[in-house]
Amino acid sequence: MNATNTFQLDGEEIPFAPGQTIIQAAAAHGAYIPHLCWHPDFSPHGSCKLCTVKVNGRFGSACTMEAQPGMEVENRTAELDDKRRTLLQMFFVEGNHFCPSCEKSGNCVLQATAYELKMMSPHFDMFYPDRPVDASHPDILLDFNRCIMCSLCVTASREVDGKNVFAMGGRGILGRRIHINSESGRLGDTDFAATDRAASICPVGVILHKRKGFAVPIGERTYDLAPISAQVKETRS
Amino acid sequence: MNAPMKAAPAPVKKLRVATTSLAGCFGCHMSILDIDERLLKLLDLVEFDRSPLTDIKHCGPCDLGIIEGGLCNAENVHVLREFRKNCKIILALGACAINGGLPAQRNHLDLRDVLEEVYQTEHLLGRGGIPNDPELPLPLSKVHPIHEVVKVDYFLPGCPPPADAIWKLLTDLLAGRTPALGHGLLHYD
Ligand code: SF4
Ligand code: SF4
Ligand code: FES
Repeated sequence: MNATNTFQLDGEEIPFAPGQTIIQAAAAHGAYIPHLCWHPDFSPHGSCKLCTVKVNGRFGSACTMEAQPGMEVENRTAELDDKRRTLLQMFFVEGNHFCPSCEKSGNCVLQATAYELKMMSPHFDMFYPDRPVDASHPDILLDFNRCIMCSLCVTASREVDGKNVFAMGGRGILGRRIHINSESGRLGDTDFAATDRAASICPVGVILHKRKGFAVPIGERTYDLAPISAQVKETRS
Repeated sequence: MNAPMKAAPAPVKKLRVATTSLAGCFGCHMSILDIDERLLKLLDLVEFDRSPLTDIKHCGPCDLGIIEGGLCNAENVHVLREFRKNCKIILALGACAINGGLPAQRNHLDLRDVLEEVYQTEHLLGRGGIPNDPELPLPLSKVHPIHEVVKVDYFLPGCPPPADAIWKLLTDLLAGRTPALGHGLLHYD
């Protein structure tokens, strides 16, 4: 690595390999940049905007912007975290997030990010959208109430599993949603398998394995043990 | 020469606190009691106005109003407004006050269908018909969190919030600090 291939992240020197994005270089260094739709194993989707940083004074997405030598990147400033908290509050009111009854609670990236950013309330009026669940598959339950449209299931199914089970479709806050590519629109009528990469990619509590509820008790789960910002390397899977 | 003055303990003005459970399960109130022997310390600092703990029926002027539960019927809304009118600070305590919680899981169902199923058609439940006593508050068509109706000053999530989080928040407020919950005290489940 060239000695000049570094940038500053909140004043800390971060080395990078040419072609790496800001968030890739930061993650490799153990530095946390809040994110929802980015996953280290996949190309960036750039939709959630949680990873917004300020690069030399201008807003940019850390998951899509390539690192350049000498960049000055602001990350965990009060200004940026305030905006991120507002984005999170919008995610929470757009779906139906009742954490106490969600199997993903404690392992959920949305929830852990909201803890990290000290989100105390949804702030906005609730939408309470009507989003029926799909329990048609023998091994997998889909609870769309919690979908954050990150598209990771779409990418994983297409790029890793070679199946193309999921698709993003529809318009507007309440119309846009994940669709299942089968004639009936139900997961049970696809060749989706519980061993697919897409079956374990969802950062929130949509794609759930049946008969696996509460194997680890609430209070002892991933982000109960340590905040998400302290688990940058461990969360890569 | 004067005898050495004994510093008389300054009479501490106790803060007045009211609490209520709206569309909640009293779990948050149980969690308040769960601060255990710290309750005695708390009672040195506060006195309770309207609360399930005192059975006072209406809220007088208070420093702090603690609301458990969201809004599922008309009476909930009246009580909430009474609290907001009388309390300098309103604290939304627990998941239901903050986002509707479990009761709000009926929000994607039609209210009439729910009432009919519970009181008429479901054979394992009562068959007395939908209650129609004028004493009963009318249900709202949807359950709402309290911040949609009044201004809320502080929020403490959790189902219920842990006793330690309640203690931290109350002691921060009593000491005039902005409440700050570290990792483990802020959780939504
Ligand atoms: S998906 Fe996450 S934020 Fe949503 S209800 Fe489940 S645990 Fe809570
Ligand atoms: S189902 Fe999960 S992985 Fe797929 S878009 Fe929704 S939140 Fe993302
Ligand atoms: S993580 Fe960059 S936009 Fe979602």
